[in-house]
Amino acid sequence: MNFHGVWAIYRFEMARWARTLFQSLVSPVISTTLYFVVFGSAIGSRISSVEGVSYGAFLVPGLLMLSLLTQSVSNAAFGIYFPKFVGTIYEILSAPISFIEVVMAYVGAAASKSIVLGLIILATASLFVPLRIAHPFAMILFLVLTAVSFSLLGFIIGIWADNFEKLQIVPLLVITPLVFLGGSFYSVSMLPAFWQKVTLLNPVLYLISGFRWSFYEISDVPIGVSIAMISLFLAACLAIVWWIFKTGYRLKS
Amino acid sequence: MAALIEIDNLTKIYDNGFTALKGVSLSIDKGEIIALLGPNGAGKTTMISIVCGIVNPTSGSVKIAGNDIIRDYRKTRAMIGLVPQELTTDAFESVWGTVSFSRGLFGLPPKPAHLEKVLKALSLWDKKDSKIMTLSGGMKRRVLIAKALAHEPDILFLDEPTAGVDVSLRKDMWATVRDLRESGVTIILTTHYIEEAEEMADRVGVINNGEIIVVEEKAELMRKLGKKEVVLTLNEPLSALPDALSGFDLTLSEDGQQISYAYVTTAKRTGITKLLSALAEEDITFSDLDTKQSSLEDIFVSLVEDAA
Ligand SMILES: Nc1ncnc2c1ncn2[C@@H]1O[C@H](COP(=O)(O)OP(=O)(O)OP(=O)(O)O)[C@@H](O)[C@H]1O
Ligand SMILES: [Mg+2]
Repeated sequence: MNFHGVWAIYRFEMARWARTLFQSLVSPVISTTLYFVVFGSAIGSRISSVEGVSYGAFLVPGLLMLSLLTQSVSNAAFGIYFPKFVGTIYEILSAPISFIEVVMAYVGAAASKSIVLGLIILATASLFVPLRIAHPFAMILFLVLTAVSFSLLGFIIGIWADNFEKLQIVPLLVITPLVFLGGSFYSVSMLPAFWQKVTLLNPVLYLISGFRWSFYEISDVPIGVSIAMISLFLAACLAIVWWIFKTGYRLKS
Repeated sequence: MAALIEIDNLTKIYDNGFTALKGVSLSIDKGEIIALLGPNGAGKTTMISIVCGIVNPTSGSVKIAGNDIIRDYRKTRAMIGLVPQELTTDAFESVWGTVSFSRGLFGLPPKPAHLEKVLKALSLWDKKDSKIMTLSGGMKRRVLIAKALAHEPDILFLDEPTAGVDVSLRKDMWATVRDLRESGVTIILTTHYIEEAEEMADRVGVINNGEIIVVEEKAELMRKLGKKEVVLTLNEPLSALPDALSGFDLTLSEDGQQISYAYVTTAKRTGITKLLSALAEEDITFSDLDTKQSSLEDIFVSLVEDAA
């Protein structure tokens, strides 16, 4: 195990983040605040409560997931895409470090960033609405699992992408719609029966539902199903990463 | 003693079907400097990239100190430093930051004293806190060398180290490479500058079209393939070579002032004595006599042309 190597990549990634701390942290915080102002205050004043939770508070887990998912994917995707793009990947490929260690470093760094971001958003949210976290451990577990799985997904996208458009298209065209349609801003039970069924095909629904449960003990699907789904997703990402490692896909000719 | 690097029948067919290496075998001993010469697209970078783990071989094997580069990659890669052909650096990183990163990446704990020594040897010490993007091309090249040396490798691959480096700096770099060799590092360099190979290398390998045409001690190569030339400056210009000299392979310069005669130094009879007496018989006198050894460059050009 090359600890120094993993640490070197991890630190490099965190330093890159620190250099652009403003855009990395401030912009998600600002956009979250805007969501609160628009949805929480303006619209929320007309929606009294959802399943006994004030609409503002109901929003928090969904908004957090929205940032967590998009940031994990784009951070990790960019992290591995960039050395590929400028060519500095040669050094990583020629180093005595295993592919799994490389994944650990990049995914670890991307996940750390989005966890920090998640906590900051949580703190921001607590300024607007009274927060209650019924199951803090479950909440942290969901936070970490989600950050890790979606950073893995981002890593895969970063390896697959061979231009900047592809790098941006997945977060924009896939992740964001899935999060919006996954019950970030509403409870699935508010939808017509047909759309409730369709929504069940959206993997993000299970994440948001489970996450919301850890706050308010209300959920769209049973908590066990949520945990099973995220584990399944994590396993799928790991399998793809394993395949990339075996074939050297888009990394080694 | 077994060779330090043992490349055996290495082939590489790229995904697009192009065969870049056609069964290359080469062994490199500890402590030598070997120069790989070859025209653009010969396969030099491909070969180096395979040894370093950047490109997968199609078939064949490479062993370093007895360890297979694929099965025992941690051991072999830890021994190797690579300076790539392309200037690829992290623009926003500082010089110190990037060499520290390289050392860590190769699995070693920090050792500022070593990094300081490397940066000083490459005249980069006063730039250690500069961002890489603020450096000139030649300095970036040296940063890449410093990165490759950060983990104290036993083997250093230099893929065209002096491309885009000015003459005085090139001399400095040669001196650095020699110092490295003194300290026991084995060096493999590729170059298009024949004078570089001539200046630096103990052995020279010529690659063309994915094949090694020849690998030889530099002196041996020049002795075997080297031609010498005698140039005689005449007292009286000749309009044409007299018939009596037609048996010799002579060339007369355009102004008729010089006769040159090429011969192979290793031949039993160089024919020089005969030529001189034939000239005396014809009453051709000369004011100057000069001999020239053909350079590695001439040898290289003729080898590549022969192979084509
Ligand atoms: N990824 C790749 N896919 C397809 N062909 C490639 C690839 N990389 C290199 N080649 C081809 O393989 C051949 C050898 O390339 P290589 O870079 O090894 O040459 P080289 O000897 O280093 O040349 P130069 O002196 O120009 O650096 C070239 O014809 C090149 O076009
Ligand atoms: Mg090359």
